[in-house]
Amino acid sequence: MRPIPSTKTVCSARTVSSARLAHRESTATAERIVAGMARRRLRHGIALGVFGVLIVAGFVISLMFGHSFYPFSDVLKVIMGQDVPQAGFTVGVLRLPRASLAILAGFSFGLAGVAFQTMLRNPLASPDIIGISAGAAAAAVFGIVFLSLKAAAVSMFAIVAGLLVALIVYLLSYRGGVAGTRLILIGIGVAAMLDSFTAYCLSQAAEWNLQDAMRWMTGSLNGANWGETGMVLISLILFGSLLLSQSRRLLITQLGDDAASALGVAVGRTRLIVTLSAVGLISFATAATGPVAFVAFLSGPIAARVVGSGRSLLLPSAFIGALLVLVADFFGQFILGTRYPVGVITGVLGAPFLLYLIIKANRVGGSL
Amino acid sequence: MTSAHTLTIESLTLAYDTHVVIEELNLHIAPGRITGIVGANACGKSTLMRSMSRLLRPRAGQVLLDGKDIHQMPAKKLARILGLLPQSPTAPEGITVSDLVGRGRHPHQRLFSRWSVEDTEAVAAALETTSTTDLAERAVDELSGGQRQRVWVAMALAQKTDILLLDEPTTFLDVSHQVEILDLLVDLNSSQGTTIVMVLHDLNLAARYCDELVALADRRLFAAGEPSDVLTEETIRTVFGLENQVITDPTSGKPLMLPIGRHRVVCKADGGMAATSNPGNDAAAQRVQKG
Repeated sequence: MRPIPSTKTVCSARTVSSARLAHRESTATAERIVAGMARRRLRHGIALGVFGVLIVAGFVISLMFGHSFYPFSDVLKVIMGQDVPQAGFTVGVLRLPRASLAILAGFSFGLAGVAFQTMLRNPLASPDIIGISAGAAAAAVFGIVFLSLKAAAVSMFAIVAGLLVALIVYLLSYRGGVAGTRLILIGIGVAAMLDSFTAYCLSQAAEWNLQDAMRWMTGSLNGANWGETGMVLISLILFGSLLLSQSRRLLITQLGDDAASALGVAVGRTRLIVTLSAVGLISFATAATGPVAFVAFLSGPIAARVVGSGRSLLLPSAFIGALLVLVADFFGQFILGTRYPVGVITGVLGAPFLLYLIIKANRVGGSL
Repeated sequence: MTSAHTLTIESLTLAYDTHVVIEELNLHIAPGRITGIVGANACGKSTLMRSMSRLLRPRAGQVLLDGKDIHQMPAKKLARILGLLPQSPTAPEGITVSDLVGRGRHPHQRLFSRWSVEDTEAVAAALETTSTTDLAERAVDELSGGQRQRVWVAMALAQKTDILLLDEPTTFLDVSHQVEILDLLVDLNSSQGTTIVMVLHDLNLAARYCDELVALADRRLFAAGEPSDVLTEETIRTVFGLENQVITDPTSGKPLMLPIGRHRVVCKADGGMAATSNPGNDAAAQRVQKG
């Protein structure tokens, strides 16, 4: 046992010396913090720059190459709106809307996917796994087959269904709070039901063909036109900017609801805006291309591995999504001999990653 | 040096659905002092903390900051005055210590504003105060429990609030790390005048480190005041249902509680009332023994 006075002196001596030490160290620490942040910002910036260049390159390549080749100058003329024989049709009518839709839909999938994954703090919680894409696709097919709707109406129909599915999955998994694992499992179940409804609708279609079926089952860019592309662009501008405005708040909500509200974030409102805009993005894109398999699911985790953590993954993930769709579509069309829709290619990439995540989660302790 | 902000709780009733957790509670948090909230498991300590930082809307009554209802204040403004370290916050995968601590600056940042010199200084000071400077570039998930808890405290410090609420800041830490965290909070209190309110499980550490203690029992405030007034055999018997003996802590001069269970008791100070007088006592006594 130590006498009381001596304890007091030890305590105060320690306080004084640590205060003095802190003063000396503070500049060094500040420099270190700034350096670390600058390093991560640079990595983020470089990654975005490289992705951007790759997207532009992929865009140009998919306009130039295919079953026929057109030089860059022809492609440029078509883009500028000049009339070029042959290239005018192949590039202007077939390839340009297709490549544009690939990029815009990829952007939408990438944004929506990572928004859900960040918000629900689980890579498995992306909208294409938990049934929201399936809901949008089912509604789109139903609208086209039974109601003969046009592009804009199909998109509206898809977003209503997407929101409805999000609400249903949320309510079904609500039991005094929403647990991530329960929400994901229920979402997978709902997705399975909606997929079979899509299959049923397709089987009732008057002019049923394999291309259509592939589009609505795994996603495809076949028959891309400006009307659909325009709808996706509008949704991207509207919902994309809404989502990006929440980017910093979304980062804070990762700390848990209590910590986030203690830091002045209105968690409920943030979650509502993020859900609305992400469902909007995924639904409009899905109404145009079908549920392109696993793009929403893959983009975020790939982006996280490239840019590291600590900064918002929204933009990197959007860029990765665009790259995935663009490259996968090009591969599916021209590299493999037979023409495969884009969703088959992304599915081949995504499924092993899904397995990997589940196996990893089980090793860690089964909490997914 | 002393915090100018006052935190007052007026006839507060808190409930989850129909389950009332706190009833008609009145409490004035002493500005510039360290207040500890103690009570048995599930007596509403955390719930009270959550409502004091606006995470839970009261069923009745109000929490007043400088006389104003905290539910009427803008979220960010409140977060610049009053901070909370919740019981189990989650660190995003792979985040570095300095990035996590930097998140504590959120209430001071505007929507599109960039990171400022002031932000850097606050983070640097928080890292130094918690001795986590060397960990700045490490990933939070790689750290030990004690280090991680210091990093979370650092995040709360970077928020630079005059009032800091901490919900069980020492849980899951071994005794030396518990003392380390509590010492750090006393440093903060004496150097910045920060008002600190924390939930603590260890009564003896609470008695030693807090200027004021608040004991909750049966949904109400049972006792409040200086540790020597609150931590009495009588109060502990009622609040925890535990037979006990309180002596003076020779190190700090504060009360020191010795639990008395059914076993391993050689001599009881006052001849001893039966520790197994009712089933509640029995359960509590066993819990203490196992723990």
